Amino acid sequence: MVTYAFVPTATAAALTIDPWHALGDPTRRRVLAAVVDGPRSVTAIADGLPVSRPAVSQHLKVLLDAGLVVAQPEGRQRLYSVRRAGLDPVRRGLESFWGGTLTNLKHLAEQTYDRPHDPSQEQP
Amino acid sequence: MTPTPTSVALEITVEVPVEHAFATFTERFDDIKPREHNLLAVPIERTVLEPREGGTIHDVGTDGSICTWSRVLAYEPPRRLVFSWDIGPTWQLETDPDRCSEVEVTFTAVRPEQTLVALEHRHLDRHGDGWEGLTSLGAGAGWPLYLSRYEDLTAANPVS
Repeated sequence: MVTYAFVPTATAAALTIDPWHALGDPTRRRVLAAVVDGPRSVTAIADGLPVSRPAVSQHLKVLLDAGLVVAQPEGRQRLYSVRRAGLDPVRRGLESFWGGTLTNLKHLAEQTYDRPHDPSQEQP
Repeated sequence: MTPTPTSVALEITVEVPVEHAFATFTERFDDIKPREHNLLAVPIERTVLEPREGGTIHDVGTDGSICTWSRVLAYEPPRRLVFSWDIGPTWQLETDPDRCSEVEVTFTAVRPEQTLVALEHRHLDRHGDGWEGLTSLGAGAGWPLYLSRYEDLTAANPVS
């Protein structure tokens, strides 16, 4: 079993959807891009995209659960904006990248190491 | 409100001497870097890590195109390697060194045949507003490409 330890960091938000999954859908990326410039209502977002309001709402729900956007009440509607912790998904991507690198390093280094013959060092 | 950490840190223990761990990382980087991470428009044929301070790390595509995404800042066998990360938050090349982060890898002998490899990718905030704003998200080719590759990977290795 190969493991690598993540040194604990201060991010432990209880997100129910992986941000990378949330960003995997091109329409959802456009919805997210639509709120980058400031708070927008579902109607305003849908007006700028070839997507229905209910569809926009569904995408926003996923983005909310992934921690990528936040919603604030404004009168009878809710306004959506980018959550300014957008670093997190990038950090996750890097953790995945470097985690893969270190795991591969372990495999390869141990495979290619010719242990000097020493009966007292024999391990199962 | 806890500020978002500006570094990523991981470590792993490898059951080999420190010299072998360092040599594997630097000489076989081509084999250990996850290949699905690619900024080129074509598949990567190989990744080259030039083993000296002032060298570069670059990907060579199957059509011969080259993507130089790192500068080797410190090369101190067998204990330490530092290189820059000249890739912006939308997974596109960053040409301004002041807007690049850096990666330090240290190799510490725990026992004669056991090495602790610690990796820190730090100063992520140097990449600037893109970290928070995600402003290029809708447009850039880098991130969507990266994401589709990520999806391929996760589809091939489902985590339940």
